[in-house]
Amino acid sequence: MILARIVGTVVATRKDPRLVSNKLLVARPMDPHGKSEGNYLVAVDTVDAGVGETVLIVSGSSARMAVGMKDCPVDAAVVGIVDAVEVAAGD
Amino acid sequence: MQLARVIGDIVVTRKDENLAGIKLMVLQPIAADGSNAGRTLVAVDAVGAGVGETVFFVRGKEASFPFHPVEVPTDAGIVGIVDHWDLES
Repeated sequence: MILARIVGTVVATRKDPRLVSNKLLVARPMDPHGKSEGNYLVAVDTVDAGVGETVLIVSGSSARMAVGMKDCPVDAAVVGIVDAVEVAAGD
Repeated sequence: MQLARVIGDIVVTRKDENLAGIKLMVLQPIAADGSNAGRTLVAVDAVGAGVGETVFFVRGKEASFPFHPVEVPTDAGIVGIVDHWDLES
Protein backbone atom coordinates (compact mmCIF):
# COMPACT_ATOMS: atom_id res chain seq x y z
CA MET A 1 0.00 0.00 0.00
CA ILE A 2 1.14 3.54 -0.51
CA LEU A 3 0.65 6.87 1.13
CA ALA A 4 -0.82 9.58 -1.08
CA ARG A 5 -2.37 13.00 -0.90
CA ILE A 6 -5.75 13.60 -2.51
CA VAL A 7 -5.37 16.43 -5.00
CA GLY A 8 -8.63 16.31 -6.94
CA THR A 9 -11.71 14.48 -8.08
CA VAL A 10 -12.72 12.85 -11.37
CA VAL A 11 -16.10 13.26 -13.01
CA ALA A 12 -16.92 10.56 -15.57
CA THR A 13 -20.35 10.20 -17.09
CA ARG A 14 -19.66 7.34 -19.44
CA LYS A 15 -18.05 4.50 -17.52
CA ASP A 16 -18.28 0.85 -16.67
CA PRO A 17 -21.68 0.20 -15.01
CA ARG A 18 -19.96 -1.30 -11.95
CA LEU A 19 -18.29 2.04 -11.31
CA VAL A 20 -21.58 3.94 -11.13
CA SER A 21 -22.04 5.82 -7.83
CA ASN A 22 -18.43 5.33 -6.82
CA LYS A 23 -16.39 8.47 -6.12
CA LEU A 24 -13.14 8.72 -8.05
CA LEU A 25 -10.23 10.72 -6.69
CA VAL A 26 -6.96 11.95 -8.14
CA ALA A 27 -4.09 11.11 -5.79
CA ARG A 28 -0.40 11.99 -5.73
CA PRO A 29 1.79 9.36 -4.05
CA MET A 30 4.11 10.64 -1.34
CA ASP A 31 6.87 9.37 0.91
CA PRO A 32 6.42 9.14 4.73
CA HIS A 33 7.86 12.66 5.09
CA GLY A 34 5.20 14.17 2.85
CA LYS A 35 7.36 14.62 -0.25
CA SER A 36 5.49 13.90 -3.49
CA GLU A 37 6.86 11.12 -5.67
CA GLY A 38 5.79 9.22 -8.74
CA ASN A 39 2.84 9.67 -11.04
CA TYR A 40 -0.69 10.80 -10.26
CA LEU A 41 -3.26 8.06 -10.12
CA VAL A 42 -7.02 7.70 -10.03
CA ALA A 43 -8.38 5.73 -7.11
CA VAL A 44 -11.89 4.76 -6.11
CA ASP A 45 -12.91 6.10 -2.71
CA THR A 46 -14.37 3.75 -0.06
CA VAL A 47 -13.87 5.86 3.08
CA ASP A 48 -15.22 9.34 2.17
CA ALA A 49 -11.82 10.96 1.71
CA GLY A 50 -11.55 14.56 0.58
CA VAL A 51 -9.15 16.83 -1.27
CA GLY A 52 -6.07 17.67 0.81
CA GLU A 53 -6.22 14.56 2.99
CA THR A 54 -3.44 12.00 3.33
CA VAL A 55 -4.74 8.55 2.54
CA LEU A 56 -3.76 4.91 2.27
CA ILE A 57 -4.18 3.42 -1.21
CA VAL A 58 -4.21 -0.27 -2.04
CA SER A 59 -3.22 -1.23 -5.58
CA GLY A 60 -3.65 -4.13 -7.94
CA SER A 61 -6.16 -6.94 -7.59
CA SER A 62 -6.25 -6.32 -3.81
CA ALA A 63 -8.17 -3.10 -4.51
CA ARG A 64 -11.19 -5.29 -5.26
CA MET A 65 -11.13 -6.49 -1.66
CA ALA A 66 -12.09 -3.02 -0.41
CA VAL A 67 -15.64 -2.77 0.89
CA GLY A 68 -18.14 -2.68 -1.97
CA MET A 69 -15.55 -3.22 -4.69
CA LYS A 70 -16.07 -6.93 -5.29
CA ASP A 71 -15.84 -7.68 -9.03
CA CYS A 72 -15.45 -3.99 -9.89
CA PRO A 73 -12.91 -2.97 -12.56
CA VAL A 74 -10.55 -1.09 -10.25
CA ASP A 75 -6.84 -1.38 -9.48
CA ALA A 76 -6.50 1.36 -6.85
CA ALA A 77 -8.74 2.04 -3.87
CA VAL A 78 -8.54 4.48 -0.98
CA VAL A 79 -8.99 2.31 2.14
CA GLY A 80 -7.96 4.65 4.95
CA ILE A 81 -7.54 8.27 5.96
CA VAL A 82 -4.16 8.74 7.64
CA ASP A 83 -4.09 10.63 10.95
CA ALA A 84 -0.36 10.43 11.59
CA VAL A 85 2.83 8.95 10.17
CA GLU A 86 5.62 8.21 12.63
CA VAL A 87 9.05 7.56 11.19
CA ALA A 88 12.14 6.58 13.19
CA ALA A 89 14.88 9.20 13.46
CA GLY A 90 17.40 8.85 10.65
CA ASP A 91 14.92 7.33 8.23
CA MET B 1 9.19 -11.85 -1.06
CA GLN B 2 11.51 -8.98 -0.30
CA LEU B 3 13.68 -7.82 2.56
CA ALA B 4 12.85 -4.51 4.20
CA ARG B 5 13.50 -2.45 7.28
CA VAL B 6 10.56 -1.24 9.35
CA ILE B 7 11.07 2.52 9.61
CA GLY B 8 7.79 3.66 11.09
CA ASP B 9 4.11 3.15 11.60
CA ILE B 10 0.96 5.01 10.67
CA VAL B 11 -2.21 5.83 12.54
CA VAL B 12 -5.42 5.47 10.56
CA THR B 13 -8.73 5.96 12.34
CA ARG B 14 -11.14 6.03 9.44
CA LYS B 15 -10.47 2.92 7.38
CA ASP B 16 -11.92 -0.07 5.63
CA GLU B 17 -13.71 -2.24 8.19
CA ASN B 18 -11.55 -5.25 7.31
CA LEU B 19 -8.41 -3.32 8.30
CA ALA B 20 -9.69 -2.84 11.86
CA GLY B 21 -7.26 -4.07 14.50
CA ILE B 22 -4.42 -4.58 12.04
CA LYS B 23 -1.10 -2.80 12.53
CA LEU B 24 0.19 -0.77 9.57
CA MET B 25 3.95 -0.30 9.21
CA VAL B 26 6.10 1.85 6.93
CA LEU B 27 8.73 -0.26 5.17
CA GLN B 28 11.93 0.64 3.36
CA PRO B 29 12.93 -2.20 1.02
CA ILE B 30 16.63 -3.01 1.29
CA ALA B 31 19.31 -4.69 -0.82
CA ALA B 32 21.46 -7.60 0.31
CA ASP B 33 24.04 -5.19 1.76
CA GLY B 34 21.37 -3.48 3.84
CA SER B 35 21.25 -0.30 1.74
CA ASN B 36 17.94 1.26 0.76
CA ALA B 37 16.48 -0.15 -2.45
CA GLY B 38 13.36 1.40 -3.86
CA ARG B 39 10.43 3.38 -2.57
CA THR B 40 8.93 3.13 0.87
CA LEU B 41 5.55 1.48 1.23
CA VAL B 42 2.94 0.66 3.85
CA ALA B 43 2.33 -2.97 4.79
CA VAL B 44 0.01 -4.80 7.17
CA ASP B 45 1.78 -6.65 9.96
CA ALA B 46 0.95 -10.33 10.50
CA VAL B 47 3.86 -11.19 12.81
CA GLY B 48 4.20 -8.40 15.38
CA ALA B 49 7.18 -6.59 13.87
CA GLY B 50 8.52 -3.39 15.41
CA VAL B 51 10.25 -0.26 14.19
CA GLY B 52 13.93 -0.88 13.45
CA GLU B 53 13.56 -4.59 12.71
CA THR B 54 14.46 -6.28 9.44
CA VAL B 55 11.57 -8.21 7.98
CA PHE B 56 10.47 -9.89 4.81
CA PHE B 57 7.20 -9.04 3.19
CA VAL B 58 4.99 -10.32 0.41
CA ARG B 59 3.38 -8.21 -2.29
CA GLY B 60 0.03 -8.68 -3.97
CA LYS B 61 -3.21 -10.26 -2.90
CA GLU B 62 -1.28 -12.93 -0.99
CA ALA B 63 -0.55 -10.29 1.65
CA SER B 64 -4.06 -10.79 2.99
CA PHE B 65 -3.76 -14.59 3.36
CA PRO B 66 -2.45 -14.53 6.98
CA PHE B 67 -5.77 -12.98 7.99
CA HIS B 68 -7.96 -15.56 6.22
CA PRO B 69 -10.96 -15.76 6.15
CA VAL B 70 -11.11 -11.98 6.55
CA GLU B 71 -10.51 -10.32 3.18
CA VAL B 72 -8.10 -7.60 4.23
CA PRO B 73 -7.68 -5.03 1.43
CA THR B 74 -3.89 -4.94 1.26
CA ASP B 75 -1.23 -5.41 -1.40
CA ALA B 76 1.72 -5.73 1.00
CA GLY B 77 2.15 -7.64 4.23
CA ILE B 78 4.97 -8.48 6.64
CA VAL B 79 5.16 -12.27 6.98
CA GLY B 80 8.44 -12.77 8.82
CA ILE B 81 11.02 -11.12 11.06
CA VAL B 82 14.60 -11.75 9.92
CA ASP B 83 17.04 -12.87 12.63
CA HIS B 84 20.00 -12.79 10.26
CA TRP B 85 20.85 -13.67 6.70
CA ASP B 86 23.97 -15.01 5.04
CA LEU B 87 25.28 -14.58 1.52
CA GLU B 88 27.75 -16.81 -0.28
CA SER B 89 30.54 -14.44 -1.28
